[in-house]
Amino acid sequence: MSGTFVGMPAFPEAAREAVANKTLRGNLRHATHTIRAKRAKAVTEVSDWAELREAGKRIKDHTLRHLDRYLVQLEESVTAAGGVVHWAADATEANEIVSQLVKMTGESEVVKVKSMATQEIRLNEALEAEGIRAYETDLAELIVQLGKDRPSHILVPAIHRNRGEIRDIFSREMSEWGRPAPEGLTDTPAELAEAARLHLREKFLRAKVGISGANFMVAETGTLVVVESEGNGRMCLTLPETLISVVGIEKIVPTWRDLEVFLQTLPRSSTAERMNPYTSTWTGTTDGDGPSTFHLVLLDNGRTDTLADEVGRQALRCIRCSACLNVCPVYERAGGHAYGSVYPGPIGAILSPQLRGTGSEIDASLPYASSLCGACYEVCPVAIDIPEVLVHLRERVVQGGEVTREGNKVVLRPAKGHAAERAAMRAARWAFTHPGALRTGQRAASRTRRFHPRTLPGPGKAWSGTRDLPPVPAEPFRDWWQRTRGGKDGAR
Amino acid sequence: MNSRERILGRVRRALADVSRDDTPYEQAVARDYAREHGDRSVPETVDLLAENLADYRAIVHRTDAEGLAGLIAGLLEKRGSASVLVPPGLDEGWLASTGVTRVTDRAESTPQELDRVDSVVTACAVAIAETGTIVLDGSPDQGRRRITLVPDHHVCVVRVPGQVVSSVPQGLERLDPARPLTWISGPSATSDIELDRVEGVHGPRTLEVILVGDA
Repeated sequence: MSGTFVGMPAFPEAAREAVANKTLRGNLRHATHTIRAKRAKAVTEVSDWAELREAGKRIKDHTLRHLDRYLVQLEESVTAAGGVVHWAADATEANEIVSQLVKMTGESEVVKVKSMATQEIRLNEALEAEGIRAYETDLAELIVQLGKDRPSHILVPAIHRNRGEIRDIFSREMSEWGRPAPEGLTDTPAELAEAARLHLREKFLRAKVGISGANFMVAETGTLVVVESEGNGRMCLTLPETLISVVGIEKIVPTWRDLEVFLQTLPRSSTAERMNPYTSTWTGTTDGDGPSTFHLVLLDNGRTDTLADEVGRQALRCIRCSACLNVCPVYERAGGHAYGSVYPGPIGAILSPQLRGTGSEIDASLPYASSLCGACYEVCPVAIDIPEVLVHLRERVVQGGEVTREGNKVVLRPAKGHAAERAAMRAARWAFTHPGALRTGQRAASRTRRFHPRTLPGPGKAWSGTRDLPPVPAEPFRDWWQRTRGGKDGAR
Repeated sequence: MNSRERILGRVRRALADVSRDDTPYEQAVARDYAREHGDRSVPETVDLLAENLADYRAIVHRTDAEGLAGLIAGLLEKRGSASVLVPPGLDEGWLASTGVTRVTDRAESTPQELDRVDSVVTACAVAIAETGTIVLDGSPDQGRRRITLVPDHHVCVVRVPGQVVSSVPQGLERLDPARPLTWISGPSATSDIELDRVEGVHGPRTLEVILVGDA
């Protein structure tokens, strides 16, 4: 996965910056708490939530366990319905396929409905390099694109922006991209939405090529499903002559009937609604209605490597609802950008290091971006045990071991940053098995306590960068015990 | 080796731990969730549909077969619409009482032409009470997907109780996946700016649903 934000520092560093940003923290707190409370209410309306969650989990698990079969079935049914299926092993290949398909239409601009997969492969940048302009049409994605910014939340990507900032971005940038913002634009959400409507409608009406992702693909029928609220999805899916959908291979469900589970759990988990305003399904092409040409690009980009990990593969059940972000105490304070990926929050902390491998500093740090409180697992509509995968990945980072990268088994070496931790653990093991040495050491520590620094020198510096060193007591516990109780109780 | 073979090969190697005789699909998924939530009479189901539609800011009207044409005419007049899009198979009688210019849904119409039309009147395929959803399937009385998208005012007629089901599972059962489907729950909406809900970003800002009693 080549979606690393270039130059992104490791999580602790990025988080430190985010935590110091009061506006960001305020916005995030408001957003996560609001959606969290609404979600809880929406879920209690459904008496069989536990059964739906279990069914969703099992459908996805079963599909993943037979993914080869379902991929071939999907290909057959999409082709039979008039679509063309392409396979892309990585981001580069997917971007090349899409660029070629757009070029074949002779067009130099495309409209896009929000898609995590195309963000992941950085499709917009790849198209731009080929002279093709991609317009994001989801309101939040538009704010992010015009602001030359990055998304910070899966569901509400511009949640880090205040209405005042959005007004400034619209007034300043819209004219660069097309219809300028109206004169005297205020910062009321209704006016801002209207400005976006006018700006984008011009693009929708002339667009010849649309690009989308998909929430689900049905192997049995070849049907694709997009779930949205604004109608920009419907615009992109129906007005252009050519539709190109880029979808991760894990988004398959076996049968039409399976949608009955996810169309109940997804809206309630993500926007806390009984149902999102618009859901579109299409099966290949339909004469006289919608695009006459449909291309489906099936994307691997690290997914098969994730599938190869028996503990970690459950991350591929994810339906991108973002419920885990809204309950996570770490996400709430650190914000979406600190995760250095299009997938932030708890799911990002397990998905990104698997899709991209743990080679980079940011990816090796992500499994630690959690308090392991388990709230993410509780809310997950497909019951992904995120804490379990986090611990599994931590072990992999520290100890190394066999993993699959780009389809090949490789042996990972222990991460460098953890040498000090391992040395400390070895020292501790030795000390605890040598009581005499432990006693001497503890006494020495107590007597020198006035001279202890607040942070550690040398390799321990990074550890104490995020914590205060615990104060050493004036007297070791064992000495205190001997002095106060030892004699009196006549203990040995 | 092409990418198709490469990806399928990777999948198969990744699944080396999965035995050949793994539990088949029919047994792998427990379907012990509810087919519908709660125990309602037919009129109660229709009431719930009306309630949930209104909760998501659709405007709900009720009438019978005789009152339908008059109601539609009144809604178009109140809106001040000068033109109305008409799907090819729409019941002639529905627009009998209005003199508003009719625009036929034609394949050749450009999106710009559709953008100049004020309102659209359609039927629907099925309506789901528990979620307040109407589903269009592109049948002749509903027209192409874009005609309910580009104009700012959508009037949708639901025949009750015949077209109403309780739940999402019951709704899916009635639908044909080979058709392009549009599920609509309230008007277009966004909460992208500080989570304030705003109706009507790209789709119709006003959705009026008429529940008409079966003749």
